[in-house]
Amino acid sequence: MGGSILGNRVLRKEDPKFLTVGGKYVDDLLDEPLLVGALHVTYVRSTVAHGRILSIDSSDAASMPGVVAIFTGADLDLQPVPSPYNPMATRTLLATDKVRYVGEPLAVIVSESREQGEDAAEMVIVDYDVLEALVDIEHAMTSTTLLYDACGSNVVFDTTVLGIPENTGDAFFADCEVVVKGRFVNQRVAPCPLEVRGAAAAWGQDGRLVQWLSTQHAQGAHAPIAATNGVDPSQVRVMTPDVGGGFGAKIGAYPEELLLGVIAKRVGRPVRWRETRSESMVALGHGRAQLQYVTIGGTRDGRVTHYQLHALQDSGAWVDMGTILAPFMTRPMASGVYNIPNIECRTTSVVTNTTPTVAYRGAGRPEATAAIERAMDLFAAEIGKDPAEVRRINLIPKFLEPHTTVVGQTYDVGDYETALDKALEAANYSKWRAEQATRRAQNSPKQLGIGVSVYVEITGGVGNGESAKVEVLEDGSARVYTGTSPHGQGHDTSWSMLASEQTGIPMDKIELVWGDTDRVPIGTGTMGSRSLQQGGNAVFAVAGELVNKARSVAARLLEANEEDVVLDKDKGVFHVAGTPAVSKTWADLAVAEKQSGGLVHSDVIGVTGPTFPFGAHVAVVEVDIETGKATHIAHTACDDAGTVLNPLLLEGQIHGGVAQGAAQALLEEVVYDADGNPITSNLADYAFISAAELPSVTVVHMETPTPNNLIGAKGIGESGTIGATPALQSAVIDAVSHLGVRHIDMPTTAQRVWAAIQEAR
Amino acid sequence: MKVTITVNGTRHESDVEPRTLLVQYVRETLGLTGTNIGCDTSSCGACSLHVNGESVKSCTMLAVQADGCEVTTIEGLAKDGVMHPMQQAFMDNHGLQCGFCTPGMVMASISLLKENPNPTEEDVRIGLEGNLCRCTGYHNIVQSVLAAAKAK
Repeated sequence: MGGSILGNRVLRKEDPKFLTVGGKYVDDLLDEPLLVGALHVTYVRSTVAHGRILSIDSSDAASMPGVVAIFTGADLDLQPVPSPYNPMATRTLLATDKVRYVGEPLAVIVSESREQGEDAAEMVIVDYDVLEALVDIEHAMTSTTLLYDACGSNVVFDTTVLGIPENTGDAFFADCEVVVKGRFVNQRVAPCPLEVRGAAAAWGQDGRLVQWLSTQHAQGAHAPIAATNGVDPSQVRVMTPDVGGGFGAKIGAYPEELLLGVIAKRVGRPVRWRETRSESMVALGHGRAQLQYVTIGGTRDGRVTHYQLHALQDSGAWVDMGTILAPFMTRPMASGVYNIPNIECRTTSVVTNTTPTVAYRGAGRPEATAAIERAMDLFAAEIGKDPAEVRRINLIPKFLEPHTTVVGQTYDVGDYETALDKALEAANYSKWRAEQATRRAQNSPKQLGIGVSVYVEITGGVGNGESAKVEVLEDGSARVYTGTSPHGQGHDTSWSMLASEQTGIPMDKIELVWGDTDRVPIGTGTMGSRSLQQGGNAVFAVAGELVNKARSVAARLLEANEEDVVLDKDKGVFHVAGTPAVSKTWADLAVAEKQSGGLVHSDVIGVTGPTFPFGAHVAVVEVDIETGKATHIAHTACDDAGTVLNPLLLEGQIHGGVAQGAAQALLEEVVYDADGNPITSNLADYAFISAAELPSVTVVHMETPTPNNLIGAKGIGESGTIGATPALQSAVIDAVSHLGVRHIDMPTTAQRVWAAIQEAR
Repeated sequence: MKVTITVNGTRHESDVEPRTLLVQYVRETLGLTGTNIGCDTSSCGACSLHVNGESVKSCTMLAVQADGCEVTTIEGLAKDGVMHPMQQAFMDNHGLQCGFCTPGMVMASISLLKENPNPTEEDVRIGLEGNLCRCTGYHNIVQSVLAAAKAK
């Protein structure tokens, strides 16, 4: 008798295809019938950060070989579209009056080949009246140069508009024995999915628009695409091919994607678009970009009583999703894992002449965690206590009933001290501290740094449920339809495990359908680590409901009472309890139900609320004191994501998250010069982390199930990044703290570390 | 220009534009889309394939430079439906997530083991520095390559 498949290290079903012929990404749709004869779209982009467009001369470009059409925003009669987050900010999908960042699309070339389009784009001459470029967020807050005149300010969102009072300043800390202040740059980074953005659009004979899109959320792109094309959403089908990573940056549909149907209609042929990496680095949304003013206060024996955060969020040049991450993701998590009785948190989002910011793995929570964790370290350093010990003093004690922090966020379950203990033990924390002491005593040029972070985050904060449909076909195989959208997470495997667990249908006879708005009209996509707890949960519930439905069909066929019919999951057959010799297979039932709509069940399954994964990370770095270079030599991650469906996939998510955390802490940063010119706009200039810069990761398992969904699962997609980033940053600072260094902003590059050492000496 | 290139054991005679990159040739001319393009600075390695048995970033080479060469892409690795040991190792060790870097990563890893059949973890990490992955954190890729080395 087989046991449950859930909780096992099941290898991925999707891998043989990826390993033998490769995924079918949007750029691989070469034999798609609707795209036969497709033209290529190339966008002409702004080369200045801020300027009024005086003229766009495309006459030379139009005569280039292979050019079929060139359109500006005026040619396409584009109208201003308001931002959903601040309707006073409006833009046209191709810049018409002014450009606001280098890389903003302002015209489009349609050509027979991609290369011809690139050649022609070079020939478009744009005349600008160049305006002051606002790159520095604090300067932008007070500048009289405005990106959006109608907003009256470059501040486009502030928590004060939500009725949250301003921070009270130093008076807040009047009762504290110890007060420490910090100014932390949580720098701008590039999400860098390996597959850049791409899309294709074709109008069918039936008059409907089919758009293929490399996205995390086809259903979310559906209405905006219909609106841009001026058609009813029923006339649009969005399809998601394989997606080569998203990391949050492919949640929303971008202007370049929204316009493809309009362009295809104008030229009367289908069109394809795929950006280059250099375009992607300036036009795919960026992440983080938060400046934090932090004050922490408490008693000299280590009790933190007061914490104040003012987070300045750089929105970039459009009021995109990045704008609202600070108020709605960073602020609620300001207290972290700590029991701090007095907290003030204000966030202010500001537009600048840089690439718009969007969600990026963690999306607001890594910023919250970095702020409080760095503050804890500063506090520990000030009172001369071990940072792990100061954390322990202030942790919220274990709770299995909801706990509400002073900022008003309710966490589901938490056991932070156990996570900290497990991580410290697995990391061999005391051994590293001893080794550190030895090297310090020896005045070694290679110093050790140990960084500890304890975090809690919010997952499944987007959506309060998900759609699922399970259908059994006449050959006994099943189709599972989900409103979530995989792009590396392994949903095909995970959802098959869940459906198989309920139905007994083998995983290899289960097909997953996603990201197609005709076949899965309702879906909230994959973002915010919501997939398993909402999408997987829905599949599990709906498959269970289908079994109940099937049992009644089997009872009819077996001429038995429904209550007496059981499903033998090992064999995938229904029979009357006690008489297994007479049974009905799933195929039998599907055939029997053929005339009455098939053996299928669909539903939208709600959850009680978001979940709050937590954990502790311990990072160890070696810092060369003479050059400042930090090397990440060990990493331990204890992440509690509730009930684990597949440890193999869970570990993969942690590994990837840790790497992106290490990337931000040590290496990666999007940099602009004073005029707003990006100087990290390709993968040669941007310090994308490689295998050579990372150690293997020790993963420590811990499972505290959430009561908020049927399967007890919390999210794991972003935890690694949230826990790793502050641990790494702390480790680097710790390595040189004996030299008097208290803080180094990320990325802790050799240059910065070296400069911090010189300054402290 | 006329070129004759043997790809995955099949000889192809093609007329290509001189500026056609080898990666464009395999993807667009031959329709072998397993090989991916991830950047435009030869940094990411997604387009790695084998030319005369050696790993090459196929965006760094013109199709005309491959005239007369034997090229192997990810599609040419499995034999009679059986995956190459490196492909199998990636499968067994969860060495891939979104799959986009995977073909290049597998091709580079095979080449790595050819040069160094018994690598240390550090050898593998340094050897794969030119192949970028955003999903796996490289942990399981390194494990895959070490497992493939051990399985030999």
